[in-house]
Amino acid sequence: MTIDLKTVKHISKLARISLDDEKAKKLADDLNSIFEFIEKLKKLNTDKIEPLTSIAETTLKLRKDEVKSKNIRDQILKNSPNENKDFFVVPKVVE
Amino acid sequence: MSDITSQNLTELIKNIKDKKISSEEVTKSFVEKAEKARTLNCYITEDFDSAIMKAKKFDSKPNFNCKLPGIPIAVKDLFCTDGLKTTAGSKILNNFIPTYESTVTQNLWNEGGILLGKLNCDEFAMGSSNETSFFGNVQSPIDKNLVPGGSSGGSASALASNLTPVTIGTDTGGSIRQPASFTGTVGLKPTYGSCSRYGIVAFASSLDQAGPMAKNVKDCALLHEVMSSYDLKDSTSIDFKRNNYSELLTNNIKGKKIGIPKEYSADGMPKEIEDLWIKGIEYIKECGAEVIDISLPHTSYALPAYYIVAPAEASSNLARYDGVKYGFRSEGENLIDMYERTRSEGFGNEVKRRIMIGTYVLSSGYYDAYYLKAQKVRQLIKNDFDEAYKKVDAILTPSTPSSAFKIGEKTNDPVSMYLNDIFTVPVNLAGLPGISIPAGLDKKGYPLGLQIIGKAFDEQTLLNIAYAMEEKINFKNNIKEWWIK
Amino acid sequence: MSKTTGEYLITREKNIYEVVIGLEIHAQVLSNSKLFSSSSTKFGAEPNTQVSLVDAAFPGMLPVINEYCIKQAVKTGIGLKAKINNKSVFDRKNYFYADLPQGYQISQYKHPIVGEGTVILDMSYGQREIGIERLHLEQDAGKSIHDLDPQSTFVDLNRSGVALMEIVSKPDLRSLDEVNAYVKKIRSIMRYLETCDGNMQEGSLRADVNVSVRKKHTEKLGTRCEIKNVNSIKFMQMAIDYEANRQVDLIEDGKKIDQETRLFDTKKNETRSMRSKEDAHDYRYFPDPDLLPLEIKNDFIEKIKSEIPELPDEKKKRFIDKFNLSPYEANILVSDKETSEYFEKVIKNSDVKLATNWITGELFALLNEKDLGITQSPISAENLSKLINLIKNGTISGKIAKTVFELMANGDLDPQKVVEEKGLKQESDPKALESLIDKVIAENPDKVKEYKSGKEKLFGFFVGQAMKVSDGKANPKLVNDILKKKL
Repeated sequence: MTIDLKTVKHISKLARISLDDEKAKKLADDLNSIFEFIEKLKKLNTDKIEPLTSIAETTLKLRKDEVKSKNIRDQILKNSPNENKDFFVVPKVVE
Repeated sequence: MSDITSQNLTELIKNIKDKKISSEEVTKSFVEKAEKARTLNCYITEDFDSAIMKAKKFDSKPNFNCKLPGIPIAVKDLFCTDGLKTTAGSKILNNFIPTYESTVTQNLWNEGGILLGKLNCDEFAMGSSNETSFFGNVQSPIDKNLVPGGSSGGSASALASNLTPVTIGTDTGGSIRQPASFTGTVGLKPTYGSCSRYGIVAFASSLDQAGPMAKNVKDCALLHEVMSSYDLKDSTSIDFKRNNYSELLTNNIKGKKIGIPKEYSADGMPKEIEDLWIKGIEYIKECGAEVIDISLPHTSYALPAYYIVAPAEASSNLARYDGVKYGFRSEGENLIDMYERTRSEGFGNEVKRRIMIGTYVLSSGYYDAYYLKAQKVRQLIKNDFDEAYKKVDAILTPSTPSSAFKIGEKTNDPVSMYLNDIFTVPVNLAGLPGISIPAGLDKKGYPLGLQIIGKAFDEQTLLNIAYAMEEKINFKNNIKEWWIK
Repeated sequence: MSKTTGEYLITREKNIYEVVIGLEIHAQVLSNSKLFSSSSTKFGAEPNTQVSLVDAAFPGMLPVINEYCIKQAVKTGIGLKAKINNKSVFDRKNYFYADLPQGYQISQYKHPIVGEGTVILDMSYGQREIGIERLHLEQDAGKSIHDLDPQSTFVDLNRSGVALMEIVSKPDLRSLDEVNAYVKKIRSIMRYLETCDGNMQEGSLRADVNVSVRKKHTEKLGTRCEIKNVNSIKFMQMAIDYEANRQVDLIEDGKKIDQETRLFDTKKNETRSMRSKEDAHDYRYFPDPDLLPLEIKNDFIEKIKSEIPELPDEKKKRFIDKFNLSPYEANILVSDKETSEYFEKVIKNSDVKLATNWITGELFALLNEKDLGITQSPISAENLSKLINLIKNGTISGKIAKTVFELMANGDLDPQKVVEEKGLKQESDPKALESLIDKVIAENPDKVKEYKSGKEKLFGFFVGQAMKVSDGKANPKLVNDILKKKL
């Protein structure tokens, strides 16, 4: 199966990565050679197999319903690109 | 006393405890060595002044009851370190300073360890040669323009060059074991769930494991003891009995059964690797262990399965790098534009390739054929190992299909790069522990490693077998310090 | 819309359409901390002050599930008479948005915690059984604030990670009234169980509405559109009405309906297509590798079952069977947990019939007038109970009781005291009444004559006079009896 330019552009939109035509073409070539190698899996019959869900025989750890985290707004906003002490700021979202 | 930086961890600890050397002296020695080795480009962030201060502080009030008393350690730049830049080898985290510490590194500092700095790695741990880092390639101490392996390339290179007595890396498909093999050092990937993933920049959640890298098995065992812990902050962390691995280390492996999987002998396997493996089998027998032929029938499906599962999980784990909360941001006209610019400028080519693969294999219409299929293949691979472990206690294979290659040799062919991981990847897929020990040199004089794969949660047996073999192999690394004029 | 059959139909020149509605209700779980992190869930905090490193999706952060949220979901599932699944899986729903820090939402896709159930609606035309498809747990997103700055959107992550229960109905609803009843019923059940406070103004209950239309008497479902995030029942009804008509108009014009996600514009009262969600169909769901599958054992479920309080349906049945209330009365009294508690307190020591009338009548009127909820009632259940007893034992008449009631509302006064202080006791002494009535008769001889000659309606005049002379305190029944004898 081949991955065409249109698919590459669609996937890049889903992944929020912009690609110009040249980069998209190179990526399509790379992906195609990678997928050729991955296609091998199709030969294997896995009809009666359950997918692996966890390595060890454990169950999900449950946490008690206690408020442990404090107000760390300064820490949370410290690395943000904007100088706003209350909010994260992003370019306007058009809905 | 021999040059401090050529002492191993066990020796350094003894000398510090015996007060023959101070933590300050040790730390300064490693700092000086690192300052002279900048050509290797092992470090992304040096924290030398702070390290020396901490060493002085340790000396003023030493605690010799801890396991790493005043020992300076540099760590892979994938571990979040409180107050010190953590980049994951990427432009997108180029300016990120965590306000928290990873559990594994905290375990080191709790036992007296001192942070030297953050070591270079492939971007987001995606690579097998440390050629995808935003901060440039890492050179191997073995030879100029040789890759050290990856993704923990900076770690392996720094370790082999004596810039740090031990180090820690992460291994998702071989990122500890393969660079260990390429640089003639020891690298352990523990059982999945053994070391906490809290505070480690995530690549592929169901495969990632932090692990120790050292110059010998005993050091490796001690470091693992300190690193491994049950952590409630990581839902995949497992509560099992963890030994004091270094204390219980023994070279007595009489009666242990070691499996030799026929499927690992691939067509076109270089003769040197085949010979190394045969030699390894002989050594194992000399140690008193029994060698048994086994079959791991689904081995050839491991690499394709890995290159579906790992990118899929990565594509989701890396979605948080969007320029909103932290890290690099490229301004855009609107939110979507900002996302697209930030991520295409902030991520390197290999990362973008893997995000694209991952997004594709999870996308509507393809999930069943790829991701679900790969997870089923994973179960088959695990079943192979479970079946084999009814007959044997451990499995011996080569670590890599070749010794280190030249920088730039494989960068144009992603698939040929991926094939580096052919022996290591099945171990991550099955969640088992695996260790690479140096076992010989190829005809160019470059190191080659042998891998021992163990049973889940039985790192002790694994380390014992490695310890016994190490003694027999008696490997001497042949590093000529080419970077010092 | 027909009140007798509940039909909600859209008529055009040649065709009649019925509307098929399904609701996806998002209910915030009542818990102290969030679903996968230990931050507080309290409403109204300063922006970004209830955000942990996990909530803000910092590198290396991992989810750890809140045990109580699981209990709350199971409880709610039991309240919906639904199947509790022993095994469920958390999946990642991948998409990009400013208030989604991880770039994915942890939700449940193929294996939700709760399966199929039912909800019964009491409509004026009978009972309607609405099917529940499933209930699952998921993370809430943060808040995007668009109107603080012309060029930017501000993001507050306080709400990011709060546990939500998503309750998906089958497409069984057919009218705006049913939507109203359904939302109220779900809300009521959750408030009884204390799994969600149902406060729509604070956003703890929101709904996505799925609307499609089809010609009457067809089986096949039409293409549906989803209207996202409607936060009041009134808006839901307006949105459905607009959307259904929009779809019908398209069909009548011979056009196709695109399956899409829409928003309800509350200013223009219309639905429109959401641009930002265009590419978001492909959520690329896969099981979250940071979490293991969730296993719920049967004894865990049984234990929760044993802790469930009496729910509205059961309570209603009990009120009808035990207290002989009409279904209509019972409905009003159970629809709200607090109301039913108030009622049960009152009837502990007083007459049920009177209690029903006074609560659904006078008390509700008072609360409405003052815009208060029953928990803020100016008259406590204990005092209302006392008032009812005073009526029942003849101390005051029903009419006087209304006066006493009004006086009681000023500080929850004890009715006994009010009666005594204001001298409102009913006069029931026959001798006193007789002399009073004799006086009335003596003072109105011509009226007496008129009455005796056949004007029976004048009886009321004498009663009125007796009441007037006694300042309304005469016992009406006795007055009637004595008058009958004397006239």
